[in-house]
Amino acid sequence: MTYPELSIELTGLEMNNPTILAAGILGTTGASLKRIASAGAGAVVTKSIGAIPEQGHPNPSLVALECGLLNAMGLPNPSYKEFNDELMTAKEGDIPVIVSIFGSCCEEFCEIIEGLEGADAFELNLSCPHSQQYGAAVGTDPVLVEKITRAAKTTASVPIWVKLTPNVTDIVTIGEAASRGGADAVVAINTIRGMAIDIYSGYPILGNLYGGLSGAAIRPVAVKCIHDLYRALDIPVIGVGGVSRWQDAVEMMMAGASAVQIGSAIYDNFTVFSEINEAFLTYLISRDLIIDDIIGLAHRRVEQ
Amino acid sequence: MIPVNAIIKEVIKETPTISTLKFDIKPDAIPGQFVMVWIRGVDEIPMALSHPNGITVQNVGDASETLSNMEPGDSIGLRGPFGNGFELSGQRIMIIAGGVGAAPLLPLAHQLRLKGTKISILLGAKTSKELLFEEQFSRSGEINVATDDGSKGYHGVITGLMDTYDLNSFDMFYVCGPEMMMRAVLDMLHTNSLESISQFSLHRYFKCGIGVCGSCTIDPSGLRVCKDGPVFCGNILLNSELGKYHRDVTGKKIMF
Repeated sequence: MTYPELSIELTGLEMNNPTILAAGILGTTGASLKRIASAGAGAVVTKSIGAIPEQGHPNPSLVALECGLLNAMGLPNPSYKEFNDELMTAKEGDIPVIVSIFGSCCEEFCEIIEGLEGADAFELNLSCPHSQQYGAAVGTDPVLVEKITRAAKTTASVPIWVKLTPNVTDIVTIGEAASRGGADAVVAINTIRGMAIDIYSGYPILGNLYGGLSGAAIRPVAVKCIHDLYRALDIPVIGVGGVSRWQDAVEMMMAGASAVQIGSAIYDNFTVFSEINEAFLTYLISRDLIIDDIIGLAHRRVEQ
Repeated sequence: MIPVNAIIKEVIKETPTISTLKFDIKPDAIPGQFVMVWIRGVDEIPMALSHPNGITVQNVGDASETLSNMEPGDSIGLRGPFGNGFELSGQRIMIIAGGVGAAPLLPLAHQLRLKGTKISILLGAKTSKELLFEEQFSRSGEINVATDDGSKGYHGVITGLMDTYDLNSFDMFYVCGPEMMMRAVLDMLHTNSLESISQFSLHRYFKCGIGVCGSCTIDPSGLRVCKDGPVFCGNILLNSELGKYHRDVTGKKIMF
């Protein structure tokens, strides 16, 4: 269903609603992304795609803990060359398809961008917490973040979103670097580094030994990061981290998010997008509000 | 759910390449569900439960080889049971099993037998020595075997054996085996307009096993084999990738 009250424009992309599938969740195939579009998402972000095929880390690569999901997938992907077909299929879902991409240097990011012409936008994965040479390995250095963002922005004819890691002392420093590089939006946050150990044997459970935590446990961390980024930046902040209910989405928007991404919640609820949107619509209508009234409201309340 | 510890109590050599491992815990599973089996320090792989407390492994890779060589007293980590499992229905049913694909069908046969269902089992393998669970299946119903080399029973593929039955007299077909065998069975059922009363258990590369990562989704439905499956009705599979291609560990399409 399309409701005008929920429609937004985000970095030039027209979206039916402000809920977006987060990167790395059910985004490997075009058919899967189309299915998420049918489930009510306003846009989808693909699995992170690189320049060459990657097998990812050995299993176990994801376990459900009582407080969230812990994963170290290791950026498995077939390379941008093989992904083009999937992207074309995904676009049949008739919602914006944002391609998450990763690389170790500017040249790699630009090669991938040039190779994926169908993307409606790119999300630079500068934040994967469990990869040796990619992701947070570059995303914790503001100089590299600015350089890569600028290179991507110069190469791409579509919007560039930059996904940030919370595994830094001050995420605002990194967000400002992305903004200086010309990012159209920042996405916060990626997973928080974590680890689980099998108490029967002493072995770390993940094949990669450690990984990234997502889900409800990290939502307050995300809310604080979004709050701080909103205050410091002039570009939109897209919120992500532990959203599973409409109340979580509203909270994130009040912190400053222009839209929210949803990932881990799909694990036990495939209808999470439509559920959140319907309840969010009721919330807005019953209070006679529009979306812009609540984005960043927490800041205005304190300033008054 | 993090892996729970399971201690191997018994290892049964079923065929020259297939072993059953029985452990000290019984996951509360329905037939056709699977567990993620963690061989610590090596890998974690999905395995159908062939017994309330056991899995049946064909030695095909590092993880399954390590599993096959385990001895009583060794331990593994188990997550699950996961997936949908078979829907138990029908009064007069046919079980079609190929190779190690017989594993998830054995507990199904046991449960259907307890319900008093009339069962015909078609069991196929490359050669007589690789026929899995022939004796166990024979206790649940009428059994007929097919071998590729003719060393026992019908000489040829299992669809040839199906041809000797009046398929319209059955009201449910349960199928698990190699991909091309399942495609051939599906096509044969479709020829008889019977695909909507069939259930197939699929194999695809799994990473997370719980419906999050998307590694195992099939075309064109986008359904997840680990969560929406592994058991699918034949009419969902008819115009699917089954028998055409699958995706490898990177997500690249690999043609069969």
